[in-house]
Amino acid sequence: MTVPRTLVVGAVISTLFLLLASLSFVWTPYDIETLDVPNKLRPPDGTHLLGTDHFGRDIASMIMLGARTSIAVALVAVGIGMGLGVPLGLLAAARRGTLLDEVVMRGNDLIFAFPSLVIAILITAVFGASAVNAIIAIGIFNIPVFARLSRGAALGLWSRDFVLAARVAGKSSFRISWEHILPNIGNLMIVQGTIQFSLGILAEAALSYIGLGAQPPVASWGRMLADAQTLTALAPHVALVPGLAIVLLVLGLNLLGDGLRDVLDPRLRTVRL
Amino acid sequence: MIRFALGRGISLCLSLIVASLVIFAVIEVIPGDPAAFMLGVNARPDTVAALRAELGLDQSLPARYLDWVGGMLRGDFGTSYTYRTPIAGMIADRVWISLPLALYALILSTLVAFPAGIYAASRRGRAGDIGVMGATQLGVAIPNFWFAMILVLIFAIELRWVSAGGFPGWEAGFWRGIGALTLPAIALALPQAAILARVMRSSLLDILGEDFMRTARAKGLSRRRALWRHGVRNAMIPVLTILGLQFAFLLAGGIVIEQVFFLPGLGRLIFQSISSRDLVVVESVVMLLVMVVIVINFAVDLAYAAIDPRLRRRG
Repeated sequence: MTVPRTLVVGAVISTLFLLLASLSFVWTPYDIETLDVPNKLRPPDGTHLLGTDHFGRDIASMIMLGARTSIAVALVAVGIGMGLGVPLGLLAAARRGTLLDEVVMRGNDLIFAFPSLVIAILITAVFGASAVNAIIAIGIFNIPVFARLSRGAALGLWSRDFVLAARVAGKSSFRISWEHILPNIGNLMIVQGTIQFSLGILAEAALSYIGLGAQPPVASWGRMLADAQTLTALAPHVALVPGLAIVLLVLGLNLLGDGLRDVLDPRLRTVRL
Repeated sequence: MIRFALGRGISLCLSLIVASLVIFAVIEVIPGDPAAFMLGVNARPDTVAALRAELGLDQSLPARYLDWVGGMLRGDFGTSYTYRTPIAGMIADRVWISLPLALYALILSTLVAFPAGIYAASRRGRAGDIGVMGATQLGVAIPNFWFAMILVLIFAIELRWVSAGGFPGWEAGFWRGIGALTLPAIALALPQAAILARVMRSSLLDILGEDFMRTARAKGLSRRRALWRHGVRNAMIPVLTILGLQFAFLLAGGIVIEQVFFLPGLGRLIFQSISSRDLVVVESVVMLLVMVVIVINFAVDLAYAAIDPRLRRRG
């Protein structure tokens, strides 16, 4: 089997950002907490690879730290969505047609009716802006995505012979879901997880941009863009660099998702809205 | 059809009730007293007590909930604490920016996405298809608010074709209003257009494999005519659903874009209310947005069932 080119490109880009984010725990080119105002808004050159911002901070270092925030927020949000959504979907499928199924599905519809941004705004209005609240807001929106997908995929499996055999053998529907259904929908969940991960990166950036995400001193791409907004005429690079970082990482994750889908199961077609 | 509509109508009402309960509950779970929260830490006890009375916090929870919902049903969204004006009026002023913006973006995204999707599908696997699909990959990866900043940089700051933000008001003339909304609408439309083009393409590709398409070709229609007469029309059904959902997303997504362009729409109203801790406004505007989304989804469901009778049984 040949590995699709999208998978290779996507994996390389995603790994690169992951490495940069991990590296930032032990080393960044400059310390971003010390301000160097005389050197503010310097365009990219030999000393500052990506230039400096309005406080003279090294943008390359901030991009590395921002990658950490973005990846952490999106990863935990996907974890919440998967951790709660998949069991709910499996449960609904195992008890299909019952009141429980109906409640789970209507609950999903309800969450879908709240645009994720509006959930975030509500949470922030009440609990204040922070990275944790951004995670919760994005995570809540991920739950119905995984619940729906896993329920749909599980329903298809419940009529298959191997599940029937397990039922005849006397296994409980709980055990069947865990031992037979879950392993068979794993690939689908991984592919969808990659897509939700990239959507999470975008959502985190948007929330931080409007001031509802990570707060200073935590570095964040969205807030770098918000800070850069009034400076675009003076120093375009302060607005261009964080934006390009977002585009590159999201593009990489999407390509990775597409590639994984082709490799893991060519029949799978995930819904993408 | 009537039974289907009734069933959907009941579930619409249930969704609205649950949504309002959730929003009410979230505002209620604020640690401590909402009145004290709104006034901040330095408030004097008698001011807090006065606000408590004004907000009706001395009443029971169910009474307050019914009061809030009942008021909204009559078009009374409560009174803003900071501005001392009825919230319904504040919403009415701002909705004429948010709504046209979402609609404008929807039109732009449709105008770009339909031809792009149809073109890609008709050139499946060839350079044109790969080009369009590559562009949509990029389109979904670009954050719309960043795209907005780039548009401002190019068209407002470098070329000076339009102003960088603000809204002159519809009184200043229809075209000036449209002009002020053009860059925001383009920014808002970009990711939606990319998604829509993909849906259009895949929906059309599904249709192209159908028997009736072969029949259309067999009866002598040219490729192009068969594509337009039979393909595009049938491919529209899933596309219409996505359009309905997209309008909801555009309305919510507008909140961020309004920030980039300093447009005084619903988004700015929400942010001002959050920073001034005007919870009554936040509560009512959020409910309004959610209500619009739920009602649009309901309308899409109905339209869908009206077009395609097979779907009525599923509801």
